[in-house]
Amino acid sequence: MTPRRPRPPSERPIDTRAFDLLSLTMALVLGLHSPHLPWWLTVALALMLGWRWWQRRQRVGRVPRWLKLPLLALLTAAVIVQYGNIFGRAPGTALAVGLLILKLLETEVARDVRVGISFACFALMAALLFDQGLVATVVVALGLLPALATLRALEPGQLPAPSLPRALLPALALTAAALPLALLAFLLVPRLSSPLWGAPARDQARTGLSDSMTPGNFTELLTDDHPAMRVSFDGAPPAPDQRYFRAYVMWHFDGRSWRRPDPRYAPPRPPAPLEVASSAQYRISLQPTRRRVLPMLDVPLQAPAQAALQADREVMADRPVNDPLSYVGRSALRYRLQPELDERSRRLGLSLPAGFNPRTHALAAQWRQRYGSDDAAIVQAALALFHDGGFRYTLAPAPLGRDSVDDFLFGTHEGFCEHYSSAFTVLMRAAGIPARVVTGYQGGYWNKLGDYLLVRYSDAHAWSEVWLAGRGWVRVDPTGAVRPERVSLGAAAAAGDQLAWYRHDWLQGLRNRWDIVNRWWDQGVIGFDALRQRGLLTPFGIRDADTATLGVLLAISGVLFVAIGLAWALLRRQPRDPLRGALRELERKLSRHGVARRPAEGPQHFLSRAARALPGQRDELTALMRSYLELRYAHDEPPTEPLRAFQHAVRDFRIVAVVK
Amino acid sequence: MRDLLQQLQRRAERRLPALTRYRRPERLPIELHRRRIYIVPTGFGLGFSVLLLVMLVGALNYSNNAGLLLTCLLGAASAASMLVTFRSLDGLRLGHLRAGHAVAGQPLELTLAFDSRRPRNAVRVDLGDSTVAFALDGHASALVKLALRTERRGWQPLPRLRVWSTWPLGLFRAWSWLHPEQSVLVWPRAEAAGPPPQARADDARQLRLHRGDELAALRDYRAGDPQRHVAWKASARHENLLVKDFEQPQSHPHWQLDWRQLGGLDDEARIARLARWLNEAQAQRRHYSLWLPGNEIPGGSGPLHYARCMNALAQLP
Repeated sequence: MTPRRPRPPSERPIDTRAFDLLSLTMALVLGLHSPHLPWWLTVALALMLGWRWWQRRQRVGRVPRWLKLPLLALLTAAVIVQYGNIFGRAPGTALAVGLLILKLLETEVARDVRVGISFACFALMAALLFDQGLVATVVVALGLLPALATLRALEPGQLPAPSLPRALLPALALTAAALPLALLAFLLVPRLSSPLWGAPARDQARTGLSDSMTPGNFTELLTDDHPAMRVSFDGAPPAPDQRYFRAYVMWHFDGRSWRRPDPRYAPPRPPAPLEVASSAQYRISLQPTRRRVLPMLDVPLQAPAQAALQADREVMADRPVNDPLSYVGRSALRYRLQPELDERSRRLGLSLPAGFNPRTHALAAQWRQRYGSDDAAIVQAALALFHDGGFRYTLAPAPLGRDSVDDFLFGTHEGFCEHYSSAFTVLMRAAGIPARVVTGYQGGYWNKLGDYLLVRYSDAHAWSEVWLAGRGWVRVDPTGAVRPERVSLGAAAAAGDQLAWYRHDWLQGLRNRWDIVNRWWDQGVIGFDALRQRGLLTPFGIRDADTATLGVLLAISGVLFVAIGLAWALLRRQPRDPLRGALRELERKLSRHGVARRPAEGPQHFLSRAARALPGQRDELTALMRSYLELRYAHDEPPTEPLRAFQHAVRDFRIVAVVK
Repeated sequence: MRDLLQQLQRRAERRLPALTRYRRPERLPIELHRRRIYIVPTGFGLGFSVLLLVMLVGALNYSNNAGLLLTCLLGAASAASMLVTFRSLDGLRLGHLRAGHAVAGQPLELTLAFDSRRPRNAVRVDLGDSTVAFALDGHASALVKLALRTERRGWQPLPRLRVWSTWPLGLFRAWSWLHPEQSVLVWPRAEAAGPPPQARADDARQLRLHRGDELAALRDYRAGDPQRHVAWKASARHENLLVKDFEQPQSHPHWQLDWRQLGGLDDEARIARLARWLNEAQAQRRHYSLWLPGNEIPGGSGPLHYARCMNALAQLP
């Protein structure tokens, strides 16, 4: 048998602690990715991870190759079956997480661990591509701790290792110390104004309002409690019944659905004229929607930058909103919109599909007959019908047939804002009053702490606008006639106990407070874009800081941090001399009784003198002197135990006044 | 290539003493400080910075600020680890070192005593091809045992030692040179086989009683006495343990090892032979004396005597 050469340290198997930490890191990565991986893949990878961990505890060694290669092929096949290809964000991430777990199977030496940890750091960042909320970011950042702790555990020749949770503490300290530099770099790293390669589709954005409306299709939206936007007002917020946010205006009705005029065929027209009596100014931070529409307080006076005001005073951004967007708006609260109606709009505002809803037509004709040319009276009659006609507000209404408005008005009598606004608009048109449906948000929660209005997706709303001679387009909210709380309190209150447990009052309060933190995160961190970065230095007199300025600043402040770090690294504390300290204490005690040490007096001479001066303590002082001399001169460094004894003796030393 | 590099290094050290000031031999204790600690990223560190760059570009491209924050945090932690690496060497002190005994060609055990005022982890010392890792707890000094390769007998200056560390993350490698101004004595190698020493005529006179079967006396117990020699009954009546002292006529005669006896050989062969005789004498627990040119060691026995003789042999010109 030939003697085996000892393996170099880099090829020696890693110890259990390092492997445990590595497995922990991998488990964290898997957990963070599990929300967007197919569930069976998550379960399979988790099982594989657990098995490998258990297997290595039994026996140190790699998993055989015949097992590894088929697993790799299986993983690739699974990803292709699930997603169709292996490129793109979701399949790419699934593949990456799978490879990471497979890497664990062959991890035995330090080099493998380092590769695995680097890859895990990358996978941690990839998790943020799916969710960059505050909680997700904090959890991902905590995922760095086991990763860094693993790297630490690889170093040979360490002091005895503490328990696993305490092994994470040094990594936490390192990360905490690095935080100021990280924040500075975050602020100053020049942002790209346009992506280098195709920015991914953001399907983490919620769709929000749709540009068409079919009664019943809001249901999902109305139970979605995520924030849609946050509005802060300059000055007092408008009254609750004026908190209507206009998104889409819909003219076309085909018997079932309401639609906007197709922008491809509708010729661009100037915004409808608006006479303003009072207005409000505000700032909206909108969550990404992937749509162009910017909800504005009803009715907007002008469009924000990089957006245009449409004919019906909808506001459309130049590009779809893929990132959180913040914009300033000005809107009229008391106004007259389009006092003169042109013929085309009148025709459009009266058109109804032929052959639908005969009973509705009949009712409208009956009202017209009764009230003559008094349009306002007909509006009142319709609202009275909703109010007194036995209608019910519910988020789960019965389905409607072909004549949807007839079924609703004379049959089911139940529905929510979409049903009411649709039915009301059809009624008005049938009675010869130009009317249209407007969708957007209504209400919201006034956050007193943050002084802003939080609008959730569940605050989505649809109402109607009718054109009355001399008053222009007037907003009429038929839902308010059925359920006034819907307008004053919001959809959640109106729906009563049909809501999930998590929307109860006490939780709602907590959630609203938590929303302040989220708002701060969204605005301060997620929404910190190239534009905001340029404005960063305005308080310091640098307007519009460009990339070069930012780079210089980054370099300067980086050097500053390096200087601070170096000062810490080079800091050398003067070694404390505990023996000297103890002697000082003794000197203080003695000097209080008139035995002060002279400047040029050695300890032996001084203590002998003290022993003579204080005969009551002679033995004690002599013993102290002996042990001091021995500690000081018999060793290079005073040994620990006798030193401690000496310190105790000095502490306990008391001078008792001798009565002569 | 490697030779060329070493040649270049030697030339640089000759021409630019300032550059290599801390590589020349110096007296103990040696304390490492910022002027003599060098630091570079490791291969893993370079790879990791490439990864950070990829993460940075990715986060910027997708304008994913949370990802950017994470990347910045990881980058800053890596940068901070550089200072920790530096600190794991800064202030480290080589207090003293002790050399063991070794015959030329065999490794000599060096014991280095490092001390430090604060705890340190994963400090490594390189000597030749071997590396030893150790940790310091901040109180006691760490004794690091290294094997020094030896080739020839005589005084051998200590080579340059490299102290290095990649603590804590393995991203950076800090190192420093220790070159203690100290030499170790390597003993001569004994010849493999040869004749035994000639016994002198007067050796017979040296016969004396020692360690026999006959009980000569009782004496006090000394550490190392075999247990079966303890006189238990006698000990019970005394405060101390008593041991039976045996004597016997010494079977091995006293050896007088003499340089002058080996007339026909050259110096190194004489030394090798004397070394073999010394080894045999030591193994047989003989009483022996050694005569060398300029150095006469009177008779004696035991490990100290042996070491004295070997040292004298090793130091012959």
